[in-house]
Amino acid sequence: MTFLNGFMILLIFQLLGESISHQLELFIPGPVIGMMLLFLLLLMSRKHFISLENASGVLLSHLSLLFVPAGVGLMQHLDKMYSEWLPIFAGILLGAIISMVVSIAVMTLLIKLLKLNNHEAKDGD
Amino acid sequence: METNVSEIWVYLSSSPLFGLTLTLVAYCIAHGIYTHSGGHPLCNPVLLSIIMIITVLVLTNIEYPHYFAGAQYIHFLLGPVTVALGYPLYRQLTKLKQLWLPISAALISGIIVGTISSILLVRWLGGSIEVQLSIAPKSVTAPVAMGIAEKIGGLASLTAALVITTGIIGALICTIIFKVMRTKDDSIKGIALGLSAHGIGTARAFYLSKEMGAFSGLAMALSALLTALILPCLISYLF
Repeated sequence: MTFLNGFMILLIFQLLGESISHQLELFIPGPVIGMMLLFLLLLMSRKHFISLENASGVLLSHLSLLFVPAGVGLMQHLDKMYSEWLPIFAGILLGAIISMVVSIAVMTLLIKLLKLNNHEAKDGD
Repeated sequence: METNVSEIWVYLSSSPLFGLTLTLVAYCIAHGIYTHSGGHPLCNPVLLSIIMIITVLVLTNIEYPHYFAGAQYIHFLLGPVTVALGYPLYRQLTKLKQLWLPISAALISGIIVGTISSILLVRWLGGSIEVQLSIAPKSVTAPVAMGIAEKIGGLASLTAALVITTGIIGALICTIIFKVMRTKDDSIKGIALGLSAHGIGTARAFYLSKEMGAFSGLAMALSALLTALILPCLISYLF
């Protein structure tokens, strides 16, 4: 039952998020609003929900699987991706490298500047 | 006998059961290979599953909408799983409180620099406006990216394809980047992965360590939110 309860809570929050996003014509998609609402609820209640931990754990452990159906959709765009392969792959590859390098550099620098590195020390580095 | 077999095949391949079963079988095989290889980045389970399924669909002449009629039941779970990210976010509250400033700075700078650089690169290499707009939200988790693409005028389904490619490439190259940048801290690695390779990066991060996974999930959730807010401004500036 714990999984079902947790899953139900997730669906209810998604439903809430979707209706808010739709009603207010927000740019932010429903599930993201649902996630924020869930986070706020947890923050306010300060409780440990076993059902939520169970359901989110199960779903998150199979995260890769959930991307497969959309990924197979690649087959519909193979000709577009083939005809513009250079800009697409260069954009994706360099974009990924740049965003990783920038975020790592900024975060490392700020942690050092703000002297927040206590958990780095905990890792025994 | 042969007509019987082909009749059964026609019946089965047109029912949603086919797409659903094919997806799960392919994923189980892909996941088996991934675990067996010790989590080698080239054996990415999403990549392997997609290759296997596309091969089957092309060989059996089944079109994508047909396949998706069954696979949509798995695809649907992307919504609840996005909501579910609120939970690990809450579990990391103490660290989040401590690291909120470096994390927000890393996310905002990563999103802005990453998005601008990939749009400009695509434009500079002669990519069409359609591709430029569809590639803009590529680092965000698929359902969010598709929503954003629709609103800024990109093609949602092309964006989904680009998002998946981005995730696979991000999960592939992260190990090399962590080595080159000499990053040892799992929270920093997680943030970089979730920011640039969304859910597929997060799946990779969870495989590498729990802490990295939690931070990757956090970065993925926050960057979905931040991109939805930042991107329209960037787009109106760039186009």
